[in-house]
Amino acid sequence: MIGPAMQQSFISVQGLAKRFPDPTGKGETNVFRDVWFNVVEGEFFCVIGHSGCGKSTILNILAGLDTPSDGVIVANGKHVAGPSLDRAVIFQGHALMPWMTARSNVELAVSSRHPDWTKAQIRDHAAKYLALVHLDQAMDKKPAQLSGGMRQRVGIARALAIEPKILLMDEPFSALDALTRGSLQDEVLDMRAKTSQTTFMITHDVDEAMLLADRILLMTNGPEARVAEIVENTLPKQRSRVDLHKHPNYYPLRNHLIEFLVTRSRELAGVGGAHLDVRNPIIVRPALGETTHALAPVGQEPSGQERKTDPRPSHTATA
Amino acid sequence: MDLSLRFKAHIVTLLVLVALLLAWQLAVGGRGSVVKMDPEYAKLMGANATQGKSAMPGPLEVGTKLWQLLSDPFYDRGPNDKGIGIQLAYSVARVSLGYLLAALVAIPLGFLIGMSPLMNRALDPFIQVLKPISPLAWMPLALYTIKDSSLSAIFVIFICSLWPMLINTAFGVSTVRKDWINVAKTLELSPGRTARSVILPAAAPTILTGMRISIGIAWLVIVAAEMLVGGTGIGYFVWNEWNNLSITNVINSILLIGLVGMILDQLMGRIQRAVSYAE
Ligand SMILES: Nc1ncnc2c1ncn2[C@@H]1O[C@H](COP(=O)(O)OP(=O)(O)O)[C@@H](O)[C@H]1O
Ligand SMILES: [Mg+2]
Repeated sequence: MIGPAMQQSFISVQGLAKRFPDPTGKGETNVFRDVWFNVVEGEFFCVIGHSGCGKSTILNILAGLDTPSDGVIVANGKHVAGPSLDRAVIFQGHALMPWMTARSNVELAVSSRHPDWTKAQIRDHAAKYLALVHLDQAMDKKPAQLSGGMRQRVGIARALAIEPKILLMDEPFSALDALTRGSLQDEVLDMRAKTSQTTFMITHDVDEAMLLADRILLMTNGPEARVAEIVENTLPKQRSRVDLHKHPNYYPLRNHLIEFLVTRSRELAGVGGAHLDVRNPIIVRPALGETTHALAPVGQEPSGQERKTDPRPSHTATA
Repeated sequence: MDLSLRFKAHIVTLLVLVALLLAWQLAVGGRGSVVKMDPEYAKLMGANATQGKSAMPGPLEVGTKLWQLLSDPFYDRGPNDKGIGIQLAYSVARVSLGYLLAALVAIPLGFLIGMSPLMNRALDPFIQVLKPISPLAWMPLALYTIKDSSLSAIFVIFICSLWPMLINTAFGVSTVRKDWINVAKTLELSPGRTARSVILPAAAPTILTGMRISIGIAWLVIVAAEMLVGGTGIGYFVWNEWNNLSITNVINSILLIGLVGMILDQLMGRIQRAVSYAE
């Protein structure tokens, strides 16, 4: 099998930086800088990092809603210079129009994608995607009459209905309770199995990333945040929440991610991360009893850096 | 529970009304002592005043007169004698016309100001200076330039309805949630479509609040304006009845002005509820 890193990159983020003026008015602060990474077509790509490291800013630049201070993004062969129907966004707050029914919200998107369609075509297409997220019964309700989970489903249906090349999600389920979040994650897994939609998702939920992602990008703390490394998901492609934790790679992967969030994201911030090769981030594959070789991305020689991952499950580690 | 509360409220309203009418009757009907009065004024006030009976009509008198007024509201016997319905219709027509013209200017202009920080800053000084001017202060200028009293009254209504609508539209448009604008952008909606399908419905409750304030002010101002320009309208009617010393008709006009004002407000309230949304 060809690893994702060997395939054609679909989104290429090159030397991205975002600066804001300091509150004092003197000078500027980089929220993040020198961010380089690639996303492969059909891949589910996750970004994890602490609050304030600029994840949302990167996603907004990718969506064309914000502009970088430095660097460029190439998506599907074109420079990102503004919003596009090819890049659909699922917002953290559902961002549905509250004066429209669930159906009209989706139809607004469909009619913009297909201006030449008849009313009936638009209606059918919207209904199809609302049914896909199991909202056939509640289509004619307004967002205020729907539960948080249902609203986010409408948001997903709206994004999928325009059949974008890239799906962008900014902590889409963080405002939901655990049970609802679980069922929506299942929904996303289901959708992935059907469409293998290229997806870029921000999360701060390690379990969510492990369940959904093919690769996980780890960012150091901000300001001056940078890409620390890219972790490949070593769990089998067909995943389910029920038996995910039974896989031998589950704890090595989970511990690696948690350890990063707890200590290394802080250690690697600022001068502690001076040694990071930001252009070719280390690729880590946490697995049971293995020394993970840092792999170089497309066209690069392996840099020879190695990381040993802790094979012990967390409950034995504390025993 | 809810029904019984409403029922109780109706009962209390009725009791208060009866109490007020009784107090009114007692206040005007009682034979007070003959007050010392400036003879000139006494002559002006007619026989009642000198007989120690209040010149103020009682509720029964007013009620009877109201019945007369309302039983034939649309008669027209020359310029100085028209039915109350005709007078009210003149006023409502002037208010509607001036108000509609104001909406046609205020809503697009408010959109422009709300959407463009540049226009917001550039036009702000004009709004700040023009807004506090009493609408009646425009009257002489209007009479001089337009040379038509009725049109001048309409202009005064236009100018007083303009500001609340303009300011609320601009505010509503500029505070539309960023998320919705971002959705419109990512869906590549055209500017026209964004304005119609996103910004207008999002700002509609705020715009309608401005429109409701405007109609209230317009109805307040039309009475004063018609008193000034004369000819027709409920404002003119009140002034004319005062000159005729018919306090009964003055009181009845006051009552009807209040009722029509309430109806106009409720109408706007209905529209406001129709465009409001729960988030
Ligand atoms: N308009 C702005 N002006 C100044 N600082 C900003 C602005 N927008 C975002 N920031 C800063 O950028 C940082 C990153 O924000 P964000 O991308 O939302 O981070 P994340 O999504 O990772 O939590 C935050 O620390 C925030 O303070
Ligand atoms: Mg964020």
